[in-house]
Amino acid sequence: MSEETILVSLEVNGKQVSGLVPARTTLVDFLRDELRLTGTHAGCEHGTCGACTVLLNGEPIRSCLVFAVQLEGQKITTVEGLSQPDGSLSILQDSFSAAHAQQCGYCTPGMLISAQSLLDRNAQPSDEEIRVAISSNLCRCTGYQQIVNAVKLAAERMARE
Amino acid sequence: MKAAPFEYVRAESLDHACQMLALRGEEAKLIAGGQSLVPMLAMRLLAPAWLVNIHGLAELQEISVVQDQLVIGAAVRQCVADADPQVKQSVPLLSKALHWVGHAATRNRGTVGGSLAHADPSAELALAAALLDATLSLKSARGIRQVAAGDFLVGPMMTCLEPDECLVDARFPIWREDRSGCAFEEISARHGDFAIVSAAAQLGVDQAGVCTRAALGIGGAGPMARAFSDLARRLVGTRLEEALLREVAQEAAAQLEPTGDLQASAAYRRHLAAVLAKRALLGARRELVLSP
Repeated sequence: MSEETILVSLEVNGKQVSGLVPARTTLVDFLRDELRLTGTHAGCEHGTCGACTVLLNGEPIRSCLVFAVQLEGQKITTVEGLSQPDGSLSILQDSFSAAHAQQCGYCTPGMLISAQSLLDRNAQPSDEEIRVAISSNLCRCTGYQQIVNAVKLAAERMARE
Repeated sequence: MKAAPFEYVRAESLDHACQMLALRGEEAKLIAGGQSLVPMLAMRLLAPAWLVNIHGLAELQEISVVQDQLVIGAAVRQCVADADPQVKQSVPLLSKALHWVGHAATRNRGTVGGSLAHADPSAELALAAALLDATLSLKSARGIRQVAAGDFLVGPMMTCLEPDECLVDARFPIWREDRSGCAFEEISARHGDFAIVSAAAQLGVDQAGVCTRAALGIGGAGPMARAFSDLARRLVGTRLEEALLREVAQEAAAQLEPTGDLQASAAYRRHLAAVLAKRALLGARRELVLSP
């Protein structure tokens, strides 16, 4: 018995996309399984870890806590959408690399999205503001300090450009 | 960690949502932001046959001041309520409570009404509604009724909502005392996580500094957020001396029946309740002094 599917159309990283999925398909599963955008990670799948964070109309949300069908016609930005048009790393992504802000890498896409959302609103965040912005993203490797350093480094680099 | 299959319908209007509930009864569940519901679906604690989406309904999005009440539509997102100047001005305690609700990424989706209807014993908005004696409007195809927050919250994750009813708005009383102050205190493993215990207080005084109105509530230390209106009434007519505030906080904590879990034992919760209630009362009093 196959489950009934619904046509879902979204704008993901600036492109119109669509897929036929069961209503119970979460946004993270839609991104990963339908669109093959596997940069967004599914972690706890109940809204605790933040690995699946994406931007919905420019605001960070948990993609495991929303069904794709609820977002018909809306704009999503995933970690794939952060890189430069030629596919090279963005300043923030490169700063994560330079400051050793990842070890296993599982939390990284969520961290990048949360950090990018902060930098979009606040070009010169304090350590405190950075910590608040990534407070909903769990990292079990780095102890967070290198991640805070990476976001600061990115802010400095962006200010110089 | 995947929800069981369900049929999905996007409500076109509040009436449409109510019709769906009338038709499907207990087989249907409303979804707004889904920040509490989706985890429950994923863990299969719930498996409704129908999910009715009310997230974008314009009728449930309004924030307004009507006489002595701040009326917040049930589907107003928490981030929107948090940023709304009317909320901050008219019911500052609600702004302070919102500061503790989840993280930016969940407040961007989660709604005020969703949190109230979910009725988590540690939910900050339920605590604010209980202690301020907010009135909640519940609509069904049968009509509309209004209930006090204290009657709405009946147990852990339990409300008086009938299967065919939709929470429409929450009406928070606006205090018009000469001077008033409020405070919200909470302890959680990480800011934004579920409260281990939270406490909040609001105090009003006249020009002479005599208390004219008082409210105290504690969340996370029992089956539901609880207001202590009898104890708070003892403060009215006093000058809110510190010793009295401490005594009231202790008595409130003594009336609780907290349970223990992995995060905190029952004894620790009761201890925290007394400490946080005291801090909330003292914090509210401190704000009184500072206000013009």
